[in-house]
Amino acid sequence: MTTTLQKGILAFSVFAMATAAQAEVSLSGAGASFPAPLYQRWSVEYNKLHPDVQVNYQSVGSGAGVKNFGQGVVDFAASDAAMSDEEIAKVAKGVVMIPATAGSIVLAYNLPGVTELKLSRDNYVNIFLGKLTKWNDPVIAKDNPGVKLPNLPINVAYRSDGSGTTFVFTKHLSAISKIWDDEVGSDKSVTFPVGVGGKGNEGVTALIKQSPGTIGYVEYGYAHGNGLASASLQNKSGAFVAPTAESGAATLASVELPDNLRIWPTDPAGAGDYPIATFTWLLLYKSYDDAAKLKALKDFVTYGLTDGQKFSAELGYIPLPAAVVEKGKAALATIK
Amino acid sequence: MPDATKPVNPDEIQEFRVGTDFFRILCWVAAAAAVATLAWIIAEIVQSSWPAMQKFGFDFLTSSSWQPNRDRFGVAPFIIGTVVSSFVAILLACPLGIAIAIFLSEDFLPLPARQTVRFVVEMLAAIPSVVYGLWGIFVVIPIIQVFGTWAAEHWGNIPLFAGPAYGNSMLTASVVLAIMILPTITSISRSALVAVPKTLREGAYALGATRWEAILGVILPSAAPGVVAGTILGLGRAMGETMAVAMLIGNSSRLTWSLLSPAGTLAGLLANQFGEAEGLQISSLMYAALILVVLTLCVNMAGEWVLRYFQKKTAGIR
Repeated sequence: MTTTLQKGILAFSVFAMATAAQAEVSLSGAGASFPAPLYQRWSVEYNKLHPDVQVNYQSVGSGAGVKNFGQGVVDFAASDAAMSDEEIAKVAKGVVMIPATAGSIVLAYNLPGVTELKLSRDNYVNIFLGKLTKWNDPVIAKDNPGVKLPNLPINVAYRSDGSGTTFVFTKHLSAISKIWDDEVGSDKSVTFPVGVGGKGNEGVTALIKQSPGTIGYVEYGYAHGNGLASASLQNKSGAFVAPTAESGAATLASVELPDNLRIWPTDPAGAGDYPIATFTWLLLYKSYDDAAKLKALKDFVTYGLTDGQKFSAELGYIPLPAAVVEKGKAALATIK
Repeated sequence: MPDATKPVNPDEIQEFRVGTDFFRILCWVAAAAAVATLAWIIAEIVQSSWPAMQKFGFDFLTSSSWQPNRDRFGVAPFIIGTVVSSFVAILLACPLGIAIAIFLSEDFLPLPARQTVRFVVEMLAAIPSVVYGLWGIFVVIPIIQVFGTWAAEHWGNIPLFAGPAYGNSMLTASVVLAIMILPTITSISRSALVAVPKTLREGAYALGATRWEAILGVILPSAAPGVVAGTILGLGRAMGETMAVAMLIGNSSRLTWSLLSPAGTLAGLLANQFGEAEGLQISSLMYAALILVVLTLCVNMAGEWVLRYFQKKTAGIR
């Protein structure tokens, strides 16, 4: 008994020493929950290749991540809303924003018997404004010939917690509708004129699954994973585009990145572009005091931008277009 | 165990006394720390909510628009939501809880059966609130939706049941809250009923009272302070309950009369928005937290007052 225990302790301490000796660099990051599954996957896969580097990413939310980043308690942060110029001004070390992955936001619905639904720009704005209240309204039926729309009230589901998903979705609605911009506006949490709030993607998903007639916005990966039907949306060119990996990639490919790499394709113009897609950013300091940390972080982010992109599709993200990867790498090279 | 026949060594007494002194200091420190923590929490909340207090003042309580993107904050809908959901919960849980308490304190069933029922009811308090939330989503919401649709159709002209009926609504949250506070009300009321002196019951029987007359006319009134205390503790718990309510109430800031519509509570608002809040939103949320603290303090103080009033009134029969 004692010997087993002693052996166990010995084995454990050897193991602990080994881990301690190997994990020379540990990087900590915090922020957005939307890209968290992907970043955590990168962390695991990267650790297999480089056992001496441990990357810890905590999905505490974009806002909290930016806060921690400003206080200097993390090595990097992540945010769906990037950082505003005011926020950047507060960080003494300077900030580099690098788009790390992307995703689209879908309008998922629960209508018995309806597998394909097309919503025009006016219609989905009016649904979320509470101006369209019945599914069999002629203006919806007009875009969906051959689809038998049920006589059900439209029930809207939205995110009750502050989230990057709401930020991107409301930014898009504000871009395409002046009334939305005036009456509701855009932010991580806004006051929706109608509907029920669910906490998190899972809360909204539960709301949609439970009551027929409900429509809500969730991340593409989430809707896909939960088998929710999602609507084809009309884009700027007038075409109805279904949310797929390809249509999301088309949206991102047409985006012209500015020098600070912060942009939202709020209303993409291409015929095949899905209207609501967004990048999500890694936030790094412009300079790091610890050379080992700097090297490890640069290497990790490079890995994420290149090899790491291959995990995107299976987790429901859109791989970054090559041009964006190049710009991201160039920005990474400026960090000292 | 000290040997009583042996003469006591004065040094030992001294040692013993040092022990008690040390214990006394420890007690003092512990008591002071509890008070200081409360003061610290309130001071911290007041400090962080200061910008919002200066900007909105008293309007914060009466304004019904909560728009973080426009920097407009008012918590009237959430205060009303907190108060209404807890009162509806009390309305549902109180009769049920007291009835269970009476049942458990009488000998309608053999003792083992009563103990089992009591154990099961008290176990309700051990279920984590997120589990209540999930249970609410998958069990209560479908039931309420059926009931709500029916109620909106038949009683729709009563404002309380005006349609359209939502699954995530004030009523759903209140029903789950009622189940959550049931053990508090039941167990405190039961202890109060059991503690009623046997002589009172025997006296009532001796005067020719039936069992129900004895329960309703003598035992329940003399146990009233405990029953009231249980109810008020339940109310306090209902007001502060966060997770289950945030999952079920629909988190809306629109004011309606209908119990079938989504609503919001202060605790739910904090849980939902704190993570991603910035700037003035943080201090507004802190202001809302302060209001929640004040509300629960008021409830507890009212409870204390009622308790003392009843105790004075029933002191004569004890």
